[in-house]
Amino acid sequence: MASQAGARSMSAMTRRLVVPLGLIGAIAIIVIGGAFLADREGAPKLLAIIYDLIGSHDRADELRQGIGDTTLAKLLLGGVALLVGVGGVWLFYITASAFVGMMKPNRQARIIPWVFVLPAVALLVVFLVYPTVATIITSLTVDGGFAANYGAMFSGPMIAVFRNNLIWLVVATGGSVFLGLIIAGLFDRVRREALAKTFVFLPLAISLVGASVIWRFVYVWRPPSQPQYGLLNAVWTGVGFDPINWIATPPINTYLLILIMIWLQTGFAMVVLSAAIKGVSIEVIEAARLDGASERQLFFRVIVPIIKGSIITVATTIAIAVLKIFDIVYVTTQGRYDTDVVANRMFLEMFVFFRDGRAAALAVVLFIAVLPVMFLNLRNLRTQGIGQ
Amino acid sequence: MTARPIAAPPLKPRVRWRPALLRSAPLKAAVILICVLWSLPTMGLLVSSLRRPEDITQTGWWTALLNPLGSDWTLNNYATVFGSEGLGTAFLNSLIVTIPSTIIPITMAAFAAYAFAWIKFPGRGILFTIVIGLLVVPIQMSLIPILRLYAGLQLNGTFLGIWLAHTAFGLPLAIFLLYNFISQLPKDLFESAAIDGATHFQVFMKIVLPLSVPALGAFAIFQFLWVWNDLLVALVFLGVGPDVRLMPTALSVLVGSRGEAWHVLTAGAFVTMLVPLAVFLLLQRAFVRGILAGSVKS
Repeated sequence: MASQAGARSMSAMTRRLVVPLGLIGAIAIIVIGGAFLADREGAPKLLAIIYDLIGSHDRADELRQGIGDTTLAKLLLGGVALLVGVGGVWLFYITASAFVGMMKPNRQARIIPWVFVLPAVALLVVFLVYPTVATIITSLTVDGGFAANYGAMFSGPMIAVFRNNLIWLVVATGGSVFLGLIIAGLFDRVRREALAKTFVFLPLAISLVGASVIWRFVYVWRPPSQPQYGLLNAVWTGVGFDPINWIATPPINTYLLILIMIWLQTGFAMVVLSAAIKGVSIEVIEAARLDGASERQLFFRVIVPIIKGSIITVATTIAIAVLKIFDIVYVTTQGRYDTDVVANRMFLEMFVFFRDGRAAALAVVLFIAVLPVMFLNLRNLRTQGIGQ
Repeated sequence: MTARPIAAPPLKPRVRWRPALLRSAPLKAAVILICVLWSLPTMGLLVSSLRRPEDITQTGWWTALLNPLGSDWTLNNYATVFGSEGLGTAFLNSLIVTIPSTIIPITMAAFAAYAFAWIKFPGRGILFTIVIGLLVVPIQMSLIPILRLYAGLQLNGTFLGIWLAHTAFGLPLAIFLLYNFISQLPKDLFESAAIDGATHFQVFMKIVLPLSVPALGAFAIFQFLWVWNDLLVALVFLGVGPDVRLMPTALSVLVGSRGEAWHVLTAGAFVTMLVPLAVFLLLQRAFVRGILAGSVKS
């Protein structure tokens, strides 16, 4: 008995020693690892040391002179990142929980939730809360302050930018939701539904940059004397018209860029709405049929109102993505040919004109535009019970 | 007739509308037409990426597709983009950036979501509301201040900078989704664990994590795709240096520098799509489940 109690107190003693050391170790791993990761030369240096240790001094020297192959150094960096980011963070949670576990019970209960919440909250404060405040202040103080930065938005070119964003918002959102709804309704009635859906759904996995390249190829223009290898111009000239430089021709170009977004987002709308349609009870549908509703009436007058909540969810989610649209415009036109949108203009202000005040003001405008849509989205999500 | 047990009602009644009429030819034709139309652009890309550079600009890709035996096919374009055009490096960089940027936010979000859902502490309600409220903040609001912060810390153009940024930007949605899932777990589990004297950490490890695998997996897929496909964050915090380019930045640089070199662009675009398409095709079910749970980050 006595020896057992002794062993237990021994283990409690070691716990008291090991746990705080572990916690200090975890924090040290994160701090030192972070410093290592922040150092541009860190990985090559470490790799050179490793080469020295295994006796291959030539390679170590090559690396130190910056002429060696950096692939291994990069993989090493990635490995360290996983070790620090995942290992360090886990070790922190484990040891911090154990450390708190050694405190008095009621103090434990007070501190443990903060151990769980604090890492996430700290990152959010640094990367989202503080920047939001800082961006608003920048928009009010830099580059001539409020009047200049927000006043610039009423100039001719900027009004065109906002007009384009509005066209994007209406056409891209409306187009994706409408097509998604129709396709969900149509596909619901065929046997190979899952296969058919995959075709429409697939673009959702593709990056906006990749999609932009795909469609730039569809819109390729060659002078009339040359072969038209762009699909759109091939069809267009095939029907007898002269080829058009689609990307450089306003106002049609904005709509063609919007088509890229519709092509991507329709699959998303289809999936959500298709699930909603399948949730409509068979009794409701049978009853409508007995009352003599045509199939079209059944779809638009009975099913669509029932799945209204899902339609709002889809529309608001797409609308938020569309308001912030950047990649498509950046890759295809960089905002030229009268296709500019707010997010691209902001990027130009930051990295081409170096006017942070103007850029910040545009970010604030985006923020304000997203606000009501997001509010609608979250409120609707709650009443829908989606995401539960 | 064999006796059948009383069938349980189907879980989700499938809507079938007048099958005889609606499986008619026009409907089938419309469905096939939609599928073909939707695939044409990608098809053009894939076909062209396998053609010789001079062929791509001489005839439309559909001529090669209609006459596959009479056309010259090649994999040279892929060798070119992986080698001299630098997409090989970009591929590696993208992997190095994306994997930690997926695992770290999920870890942090899972702990936080559990605390928000099942531990009572003062300030919980307000804090949770703020975290969810951050869903509203567009990434654009963070760019300028974080860029300045990074300039001071010399983090611009480092992988650490982009890992931290993606982790933080992914957290609100991750916490929101995982909270929705974890808070719906049966209360009895937690009560009996508390009676057994389990600590919160033990409860998290032994009950919450194993039960949350579907939600964690669904979010992981979306965060992975989001980071892999992201252009803006990579452009702002990593830049376009040949050493640190990711797939989307590398492709956008190619568009700028070799805008009419379609053999490079088509192969390059297809390479950037490989991983997302593989993820999508292999994990389609989890993908759909994730979408229905609201995982799409916008």
